[in-house]
Amino acid sequence: MSVRALLTALVAGVVLLGLPRFLGEHHMHVIIQILLFAYLSLCWNILGGFAGQLSFGHALFMAAGAYTSTLLLLHAGISPWIGMIAGGVIAAALGLFIGYLSFRYGIKGTYFALVTLAFTEIARIVALNTPAIGGALGLYIPIQTDDFWHLKFIQKSHYYYVALAFLLVALAVNAWLERSAFGHRLVAIRENEDAAQALGINLLRYKLQATALSAFLTALGGTLFAHYVTFIDPHTLLNMNMALELTIYAIIGGVGTLWGPVLGALFLVPLAEGVRAAFGQSYAGIHLVIYGAVLIGVILFAPDGFIGVLRSIRELRPRRAPAAQSSEARS
Amino acid sequence: MSLLVVEGLTKTFGGLRAVSNVSFAVEPGAIVGLIGPNGAGKTTTFSLMSGFQRPTAGDVFFMDERITGLSPDAICLRGLTRTFQIMQSFPKLTTLQNVMIGAYARHTTVTAARRHAMDIMSRLAMVERAQELARNLTLADLKRLEIAKALATSPRVLLLDEVVSGLTPTEVDELVVLIRSIRDDGVTIVMIEHVMQAVMALSDMIVVLHHGEKIFEGVPQDAVKDPRVVEAYLGEELLLA
Repeated sequence: MSVRALLTALVAGVVLLGLPRFLGEHHMHVIIQILLFAYLSLCWNILGGFAGQLSFGHALFMAAGAYTSTLLLLHAGISPWIGMIAGGVIAAALGLFIGYLSFRYGIKGTYFALVTLAFTEIARIVALNTPAIGGALGLYIPIQTDDFWHLKFIQKSHYYYVALAFLLVALAVNAWLERSAFGHRLVAIRENEDAAQALGINLLRYKLQATALSAFLTALGGTLFAHYVTFIDPHTLLNMNMALELTIYAIIGGVGTLWGPVLGALFLVPLAEGVRAAFGQSYAGIHLVIYGAVLIGVILFAPDGFIGVLRSIRELRPRRAPAAQSSEARS
Repeated sequence: MSLLVVEGLTKTFGGLRAVSNVSFAVEPGAIVGLIGPNGAGKTTTFSLMSGFQRPTAGDVFFMDERITGLSPDAICLRGLTRTFQIMQSFPKLTTLQNVMIGAYARHTTVTAARRHAMDIMSRLAMVERAQELARNLTLADLKRLEIAKALATSPRVLLLDEVVSGLTPTEVDELVVLIRSIRDDGVTIVMIEHVMQAVMALSDMIVVLHHGEKIFEGVPQDAVKDPRVVEAYLGEELLLA
């Protein structure tokens, strides 16, 4: 079994590393977006999936990363690799602030979602009206030359490799949550707060830790996003669509699972891109209508997301296998 | 001093006095039965003792420390854990994972928590259910799981809220044996129970609540003779018997 897993990983690795050789610019663009949003969705998954605290505040955390690193680069010439850490720290601090306000008073579920959404909206309005950080016009990141230290690449494929590395980090963090005491505690909180508390789990402490970790990693993705698109403004980063999209990928793929957010992004990003290419001129925002339809379908027919569907297919299989074996043994 | 002391505990909800000036002490190694008719304030008393609700007045002392107003997790880590009358499991997790969550109160690593959880489960004869999801368990198994989770936190005092109710007589007998063996291992037990068969068989001492007030405290044999208890709770059925 482990040999098979190793082989799968090897093949996947070779395919993923070699992919840029065979794809054009546009396809690379779609794939980079898939990786980036899969990464962001996995970061959301730490708080929204494992700890079960539905957050629409991740657009804010992403923007914190994007703005901090960009401002540091523009004004002080500081490398985005350092800037993203600074952005991560700021995002984590914001997360702790919002989290403390909410969790201290037992706000959870939809109410927590609304609180986080409100903070994202506040941030959008503040950013729109603060000329020092670009206001409504936003900030441009000047394109220089190929420079890894400044996260600037002429070739898209280089962004692809960076995004791929990010995704692997997020997968590793999520895999760790699945296996660690910390992750198990978060799941316990998600499944039943009273029971978790009765068994000695400090709800506030673990929710805040999950928020900080989730916000920090999301901000790193925000920096990468900013440098990939080379332009940030409140309309793209701090709008409700961004807040919803990160959530929807995870929900459709399978909330609180390792591969769910990846599957969600893998399915929805190309779908949105295709729909946008086909109808974007005449029907702006049509991809959101499609998202809505898919979301309704998933909630009705596959409440555990794509992962849930895959699991139930897998569970059906072994039951047949022993029956087949025993009939062979008899003959 | 006693292991657990409840002193003048009072809880009001608006005009309703759910628990009114209740005091009792629990000695180490005892099994104390907390009984009373529906709405007597038994579960509220448990909630006050375990930190799920803050008393309006009065105090709870555990191992000579005042624990009034502490959060349930802090109280659990000090060694006092409760189970819930309406069973509170983690439905999407396996039985083993459920018990492991309790074990994390004392163990930092997953391996140690799993080993501890398996020990608890083998003591409670639940090993066969280890990989079963909690939501697929029968009522009797859920009650056992409720005890297993709480035991996994290695408590000094265990508050059991109606773990026997709703079971068949055979299952009740099994659970009575189990609860006694838990006590014999050094865990002090306070139990809310309606099933008199279990209360009488197990309790060293009985506290009877009625309309939020303590109306009796003493050994089970005296409880059935006490006219106030008979009138308030046990009713004619027991008089006939």
